Amino acid sequence: MDLRELYQEVILDHNKRPRNFRVPDPVNRRAEGYNPLCGDKITVFLYVEGDVIKDLGFQGTGCAISKASASMMTDVLKGKTLEDANRFFDQFHDMVTAPATAEVKSDHLGKLAVLSGVREYPMRVKCASLAWHTMKAAMQAENNVVSTE
Amino acid sequence: MSTNVASAFDVQRIRRDFPILTQRIHGKPLVYLDNAATTQKPQAVIDAMVRSYAEDNANIHRGVHLLSERATQAYEEARVKIQKFLNAPNAREIIFVRGTTEGINLVAQTYGRVNVGRGDQVLITHMEHHSNIVPWQMICEEKGAELKVLPITDEGELRMDLLDGLLTDRTKIVAVAHVSNSLGTINPIKVIVEKAHQRGIPVLVDGAQAVAHMPVDVQALGCDFYAMSGHKLFGPTGIGVLYGRLTLLEAMPPYQGGGDMISAVTFKKTTYNAVPNKFEAGTPNIAGSVGLGAAIDYLKALDFTAVSAHERELLAYGTRVLGAVPGVRIVGTASHKASVLSFVMDDVHPHDIGTILDQEGVAIRTGHHCTQPLMERLCVPATARASLALYNTKEEIDALVGALAKVREIFA
Repeated sequence: MDLRELYQEVILDHNKRPRNFRVPDPVNRRAEGYNPLCGDKITVFLYVEGDVIKDLGFQGTGCAISKASASMMTDVLKGKTLEDANRFFDQFHDMVTAPATAEVKSDHLGKLAVLSGVREYPMRVKCASLAWHTMKAAMQAENNVVSTE
Repeated sequence: MSTNVASAFDVQRIRRDFPILTQRIHGKPLVYLDNAATTQKPQAVIDAMVRSYAEDNANIHRGVHLLSERATQAYEEARVKIQKFLNAPNAREIIFVRGTTEGINLVAQTYGRVNVGRGDQVLITHMEHHSNIVPWQMICEEKGAELKVLPITDEGELRMDLLDGLLTDRTKIVAVAHVSNSLGTINPIKVIVEKAHQRGIPVLVDGAQAVAHMPVDVQALGCDFYAMSGHKLFGPTGIGVLYGRLTLLEAMPPYQGGGDMISAVTFKKTTYNAVPNKFEAGTPNIAGSVGLGAAIDYLKALDFTAVSAHERELLAYGTRVLGAVPGVRIVGTASHKASVLSFVMDDVHPHDIGTILDQEGVAIRTGHHCTQPLMERLCVPATARASLALYNTKEEIDALVGALAKVREIFA
């Protein structure tokens, strides 16, 4: 597989200029994610009103894949319901963990589909999914309680 | 003079001894620069292990039959080879373990358990691998003791000026890396040992990264414990060695209970076997010990002075050409270094560097290298690390630099 399929322009752009790379104000849910394999750290912040994610952001360090994934995730989930977010989580998870040969229906994921390339790089799947796992933990977290994956 | 020595060293002939090196990765010749993680194995080691299973396989120390006798002999011969390799006074001071990690845990759980008490201190350094931090942290936590850390400089050298102040009446043991796995720094073990011994404090040396690059003489170093791994010395995984001073080993309680470490067992009481068997419970890695012995034989047949000169030349060359790549900063610039080139490149994360290099056939390690406190100290989340061994060449370093151009291209 060509490296350009992994490092697509969209991904490189989100890496260079991550969206929502900030702590939203106000914020009422958060979680820390940690990849002990590589030392990547991320904190995802949510402001949830009712069952809608009104605002969200992230902070941390990581590779281009993990940063771009976090950035695109925050872009997509803003304004979505918790139920929608959970569905996105499942679909994203399926996409990045499917066997490299399997055909993946990722149309519904929109631009997130550019991250499907990580399937070809098993060592990098965790980079793409760290932000999502952290977001899921944040959704389930009590107000302001930090939970580590 | 070093050029003469280096030219006498035929790296292409050495490379032919390592079958894996002829491989292609993603269609490119393999450039294996991850030797600090594990080294490749020469055919002689692979053959010795196959022979051990194909011809001499039996359990040791208990059979009266010929195969068991042969297996026992091979295992004990390997012990003597290692004794000579490390210049230990006595073969009984060589304990077979799974690797450096187990060697350190053995000392922490036996010597440490008996000698470290409430309010005592264990001294390590800021550049230790997690395997020379966590075992001490565990025993300190259990005993209510304190883990003290000798600081380092920005270049990655120990702050030797602070050592005296950290060696106190409460210090029960000093544990230090001979060579830093992340930075390549060669630490002044002799000086540390001298200072610690003046206060009657024993010293454990983590030798994992040293043995493949320099002759190690435990008597010259003066250390009390020296732990090493076979797989970082061109030998198999799952076998390593702990050298310990005999008087200390004899006073230490056993590590694990089981077969081979006893001389008599009743349900009331067990009498332990003598050193080293006391520390070798259960059937050991017999083929592994044979493989490690073969690795030492292989190295002995080489001129280690020429090997060292070759590696020094590679390191100097690598430092020069890597340092000249725009945006690259070498992390770890100690004056006394083994052949490790840790680096960062602008704002490109080491993981992305690693993936792109792999596509070019270049294998390096990226991440924190199991030295998270060190990474934090040096203010980098991770580094890319090229670590060299005797079979590496200047052309391979050129391939590394060439592959870094691809990284630059993608992350323009």
